[in-house]
Amino acid sequence: MDFLNAFIALSNFVLVPAIAYGSQLALGALGVTLIYGILRFSNFAHGDTMAFGAMVTVLFTWLFQSWGISLGPLPTALLALPLGIAACMLLLLATDRVVYRFYRAQKAKPVILVIVSLGVTFIMNGIVRFIIGPDDQRFLDGERFIVSARTFKEMTGLEEGLAIKTTQGITLITAVIVVALLFWFLNRTRTGKSMRAYSDNEDLALLSGINPERVVMITWLIVAALATIAGVLYGLDKSFKPFTYFQLLLPIFASAIVGGLGNPIGAIAGGFVIAFSEVTVTYAWKKVLGYLMPESLEPDGLVQLLSTDYKLAVSFLILLIVLLFKPTGLFRGKAV
Amino acid sequence: MNSALKNTLLFAVVGLMILYTGFAQSWNTALLILNMGLISAIMALGVNLQWGFAGLFNVGIMGFVALGGLAAVLMGMPPTPGAWSAGGWNILAAFVFALLTVVAVVMVRGRMRAGWARGVVIIAMMIAGFFIYRALFDPGVEAVEAINPALTGFLGGLGIERGLWVALAWPVGGLFAAAAAWVIGKTALGLRSDYLAIATLGIAEIIIAVLKNEDWLARGVKNVVGLPRPAPFEIDLQNDPGFVERAAGYGMDPVTASTLYVKLAYAGLFTVVLVILLVMAQRALHSPWGRMMRAIRDNEVAAEAMGKDVTARHLQIFVLGSAVCGIAGAMMTTLDGQLTPGTYQPLRFTFLVWVMVIVGGSGNNFGAVLGGFLIWFLWVQVEPMGLWLMELITSGMADGSPLKAHLIESAAHMRLFTMGLVLLLVLRFSPRGLIPER
Repeated sequence: MDFLNAFIALSNFVLVPAIAYGSQLALGALGVTLIYGILRFSNFAHGDTMAFGAMVTVLFTWLFQSWGISLGPLPTALLALPLGIAACMLLLLATDRVVYRFYRAQKAKPVILVIVSLGVTFIMNGIVRFIIGPDDQRFLDGERFIVSARTFKEMTGLEEGLAIKTTQGITLITAVIVVALLFWFLNRTRTGKSMRAYSDNEDLALLSGINPERVVMITWLIVAALATIAGVLYGLDKSFKPFTYFQLLLPIFASAIVGGLGNPIGAIAGGFVIAFSEVTVTYAWKKVLGYLMPESLEPDGLVQLLSTDYKLAVSFLILLIVLLFKPTGLFRGKAV
Repeated sequence: MNSALKNTLLFAVVGLMILYTGFAQSWNTALLILNMGLISAIMALGVNLQWGFAGLFNVGIMGFVALGGLAAVLMGMPPTPGAWSAGGWNILAAFVFALLTVVAVVMVRGRMRAGWARGVVIIAMMIAGFFIYRALFDPGVEAVEAINPALTGFLGGLGIERGLWVALAWPVGGLFAAAAAWVIGKTALGLRSDYLAIATLGIAEIIIAVLKNEDWLARGVKNVVGLPRPAPFEIDLQNDPGFVERAAGYGMDPVTASTLYVKLAYAGLFTVVLVILLVMAQRALHSPWGRMMRAIRDNEVAAEAMGKDVTARHLQIFVLGSAVCGIAGAMMTTLDGQLTPGTYQPLRFTFLVWVMVIVGGSGNNFGAVLGGFLIWFLWVQVEPMGLWLMELITSGMADGSPLKAHLIESAAHMRLFTMGLVLLLVLRFSPRGLIPER
C-alpha cells in the first residue's frame, strides 16, 4: 500500500491531462452553448471555426519565429493569439452577414440553420486545408515542462514522477481567466445582461428596446474569441491538424448537452465531466492499483476499460445516458 | 414548359454529361461514374425518405453505409478455418452474457424501489458484468486474431460467394443499418430536433472506430480484400475464347471489353435495385402513409392532435431511410471488392449525400435520384477542373515559385469548398431544389 505514489501516478496520467483537456472542451462548449442560447441552433461549424482561428495563429507564430520574436519560456503562439482572434472575428462576422442573417430574417426553422452551418463547416474546412494543408503542424516553442518527471522525482524522492507540461499550465490559467472574464461580462455589464435577456425571452427583450443585431454581433465576437483560444490551446497541447477539429465536435457537443444546452455553467461542468470520463475509462489502471493493493491481489492485465481508440465512444455513451434520463442536461438548459 | 418535360430534360442533361465523359475521356470512367451514381442515387433516396418525407436531420449516413459494407464482408467472405473453435464461441458467449446483464439490470431497475440501494445494486451489477464480459471476450479475440494475421486473423463470414447469391448481402446490409438506426432513434427521436443530428454524428464515428479497431470482426485497418462479386471476373472473361471472339466481332480488344462487360453487369444489377426502391418510395409517398408523414413534417402539433403518433412514425421512417443507406453501402463494398474502414470520411459519405438531396430537390424521389447522379458527376470532375483552373491562374507565375506549387497542390481541396458553396447557394436561392416537391 502506497497512497502517495498511487496519487502521484494518478495525477500524472489522469488528473493533469484531464484537467487540461476538460478546460479545452469547456471553452469549446461555451462557444456552442452561447450560439445555441442567442441564435438558437447547434453550430456544426464550431470545430472548423476553432481550426480557422488556430490556423491564423499558427501562421503568425511562424512569422514571429522567423523574425526572432519569442516570449522566452512561454510559447510564441500566445503573442499571435490576438491576431488569430481578430481574423476569426472577421470571418465569423462575414459569415453571419453573408449566410446566417438571411435565414434569421426569414425566421427559418433551427434545423435549416443546422444544415446551413454544415455547409459553412465545409467551406471553412476547405479554406483551412487550402491555406495550410491537411497535415500535422507543430508550432509549439519555449519551455516544454513546468515540472518534469525527473526533477519531481529528485525533489521529492518518490518513485513516481509528476510531469506538468507548460501547455497544460497555460491551458488551465487561460481557461480560468477567459471564463472569469466571460461571466463578469455576462453578469455585470449592460451588454452582457441584454444578451442574457435576449436568450431568455426574445420577444420581451425586443420590447424593452434591445437591438437584436447588436446582440448577435457581440455573440459572434465572443464566440470567435472562445473558439480561437480553445483551438490554439488544443493545438499547443496536442498538435494542429485540421481534421481533428472536426472530430472534436462530438465531445464538445456532448459537453454542452450534458451540461444543458444554452447554459454557460453547464458547458464548463459538461466539459470536465466528458474529459474526466474519457481519460479515466481509457487509462490503464494497473500502475495505480499496483500501489494500492496488496501484492497478492495485484492485477495481471492492464485494467484498461476501453482502448484509447474508443475515446469518442465514451463521450457518446455519456451523451446517450443523459439524453435518456435527463434530456435537459445536468444544469437546466433551454428546451426549444 | 411543363414539369414532366423539364424533369426529363434534366435527366437527359446528366445522361449526356456521362456520355460525353465516355466519348471524351474513356468508357471505363463513364461507367464508373454511372455505377457510383446509381449507388449515390440510392443513398440519396434513403436520406430523402428521412429529410424530404419526415424532416429528420441525419448526419450519420457514413455509419450506416459502413455497416452495409460490413454486411458484405460477413456474408461474402469464407469462414476462417478454426477461428470459431479457437475463439469465436468465446466472443459470442461474451455478447450473450452482455445482453443478459443488460436485461438483468433493466429487470432489477423495474423491480426494486427507487433509492440509493437500487443505484448501488445496479452499478455493482454493471461493473461485475463488464469485467466478466471482458474475461470472456478478450481471450476469444486474441485467439481469433492470432490465426494467420497476415491473411485472415478474423472470424470470416458465411461464405456466400456464388453468382447472384452475393447480392443477398445487400438486404442484410440494410438490416444491420436498420438495427443501429433503431437504437439511435429510440434515444434521440422525440427530443429536440438537433439532438438527432448530434447522436447520428456520434454513432457514425463510433461505427467507423469499431470497424477500424475490431480486427476479429473485419480485420480493421488491415482491410478485407477479394470480396466475392456477383459479376464475372475480368480475367475469366479474357480466358474465355467465346468472349474474346465476340469482343473481336465488335472490334474491341479483350481487356477493354472485359472491363466494360463487368461494369455493365454491375450497372444492370444496381439499376434493378434502384428501380425497385424508387417504385417503393414513390408508392409510399403517394399512399396515405406518405401523406401522413408529410403532414407530420409540416405541422407536428396538428398531426399529433389528429391522433398520429409522431415519435413512432419518426422512428419508423428513420429506420427505413437508414436501411436504404445500408443497402447502398453493401452494394458499394461489393462493387469495390474490398472493405477499407480508413476511407470512410464524413465529408464523402454524409455531407455529399446531403448535397445530393438538397440540390436534387428534397421531398421528391426523382429529385433525389437526379441529385445523386449530378453531384456524383461533379464530385468526380471537380478535381480535374480545379486543377485546370489552378493551372490557368498560376500560368503567369514563374515556374518553381513556392506559391505556384502550393496552389496547384491545394487544388485537391477545392472539392470541399465547392460542395459547401453549392449547398449554401442552393439553400439560399433555390431551397426547393432542381425538381421541387409537388
